[in-house]
Amino acid sequence: MTDLFSKFDALIAQREGLLSTGVMDPFSLVMEEVKSPTVAVVNGKETILLGTYNYMGMTFDDDVIAAGKKALDEFGAGTTGSRVLNGTFQGHKECEDALKEFYDMKYAMVFSTGYQANLGIISTIAGKGDYIILDIDSHASIYDGCKMGDAEIVAFRHNDVEALEKRLKRLPADAGKLVVLEGVYSMLGDVAPLKEMIRVSKEAGAMILVDEAHSMGFIGENGRGVAEEQGVLDDVDFVIGTFSKSVGTVGGFCVSNHPKFEIMRLVCRPYVFTASLPPAVVACSATSIRKLMHGGNKRAHLWENSKTLHKGLRDLGFQLGTPEAQSAIIAVIMPDLGQGAMMWQALLENGLYVNLARPPATPAGMTLLRCSLCAEHTAEQVADILDRFERAGKAVGII
Amino acid sequence: MTERSDMFDRLKGLIEPFNKKGVAVTDSTTFAGDLEWDSLTVMDFVAEVEDSFDIVITMNMQAEIENVGQLVDAVTKLTD
Ligand SMILES: Cc1ncc(COP(=O)(O)O)c(C=O)c1O
Repeated sequence: MTDLFSKFDALIAQREGLLSTGVMDPFSLVMEEVKSPTVAVVNGKETILLGTYNYMGMTFDDDVIAAGKKALDEFGAGTTGSRVLNGTFQGHKECEDALKEFYDMKYAMVFSTGYQANLGIISTIAGKGDYIILDIDSHASIYDGCKMGDAEIVAFRHNDVEALEKRLKRLPADAGKLVVLEGVYSMLGDVAPLKEMIRVSKEAGAMILVDEAHSMGFIGENGRGVAEEQGVLDDVDFVIGTFSKSVGTVGGFCVSNHPKFEIMRLVCRPYVFTASLPPAVVACSATSIRKLMHGGNKRAHLWENSKTLHKGLRDLGFQLGTPEAQSAIIAVIMPDLGQGAMMWQALLENGLYVNLARPPATPAGMTLLRCSLCAEHTAEQVADILDRFERAGKAVGII
Repeated sequence: MTERSDMFDRLKGLIEPFNKKGVAVTDSTTFAGDLEWDSLTVMDFVAEVEDSFDIVITMNMQAEIENVGQLVDAVTKLTD
């Protein structure tokens, strides 16, 4: 018998090698208690959270929690069904209405996760003979959406407008084309030049999908994302987003002005063949989305946090993923996986949780300590964070 | 036949700057196995080939190309 698991041997060996150096397993951490959007208890120790996607700190918002409790009481624990059968409750509609208002778009479709939103929309709208043109550093859910569909896939160098334009021009003029971009790329926290990219895509007659997972609620005047910030949201055909970041719950969505958009509900398999979100989740989400519309002050504080952390880390001598703070993600580049894991553990022992990211999730084979800020981090916490980075960095010998 | 060897020579020329180990390049040389290219190198090389011939090699096609001979045939077809 061929052991089907033998293909994982190299990864198993790498993991065992890493753990044998005495570092903790960074991928099996447990939050024993969660005290607030910015503090949890890990290994019995109170820890500042700097590696969540809770950008706007909505997870413990009083109104959000109250809405969830009410829905749990009134609509029960789950829906036990697909959105297209028995799984669309009042709350799902309210959530879609909140999204339409938030983005000022005509149509909104709520999925069970953002992963499924990308999987479903991309694999469904680009079919045989069509082309999907995507940034090489796209999120796994975008790649998986491409794999699930029948379109031809063309990748271009990360954030390279010229590379995109050249490839678009080489494709058959009359073929269907979907350009897939992200507002903020989550590994390095860098922002895409959407304005130029959308211009060259439109010139080539392509439709445009932008995943704004990491910018919703934070970037743009109304928190609609990078496309809003760069004044090109009207030219985007489909915005994909998630509730698992700024919204603070779980779920995914697509908003659009395409006049035929509603047909997606019947033809998009990751929408049809899975259960809908529980009532409490959609109630929390709708409430959170509505509150994010008025989050101007929180957004300003989050920008301050992000800029302060970026400058502080740079001044300490760390190598960062972007020359300046472009989003709420600040990526600290580690020399290699071994030192990255040591640094990660040293930070945790100092009461600070960040995300350890490594290939294949990261670009260019990098090991990263990804810091993501929250609007609820106080200025004192940010100072504290820098302090802990300094101590850990010196102990490990990275600075 | 000379056309094919012309194409082979052109592609071999594009491979060389990425051929860090100085592997002898023949039709049966594989990119992942013999040249030991990682995904990043593959991306840079594909972009180089695409720009040189003004073509697009889709990821669907790339998945089928494992060795130099297959690349020669694929690029020949794309430039026809
Ligand atoms: C760019 C991007 N798109 C989509 C997703 C998927 O979102 P979700 O967590 O809702 O599945 C994520 C988050 O993991 C992401 O970073």
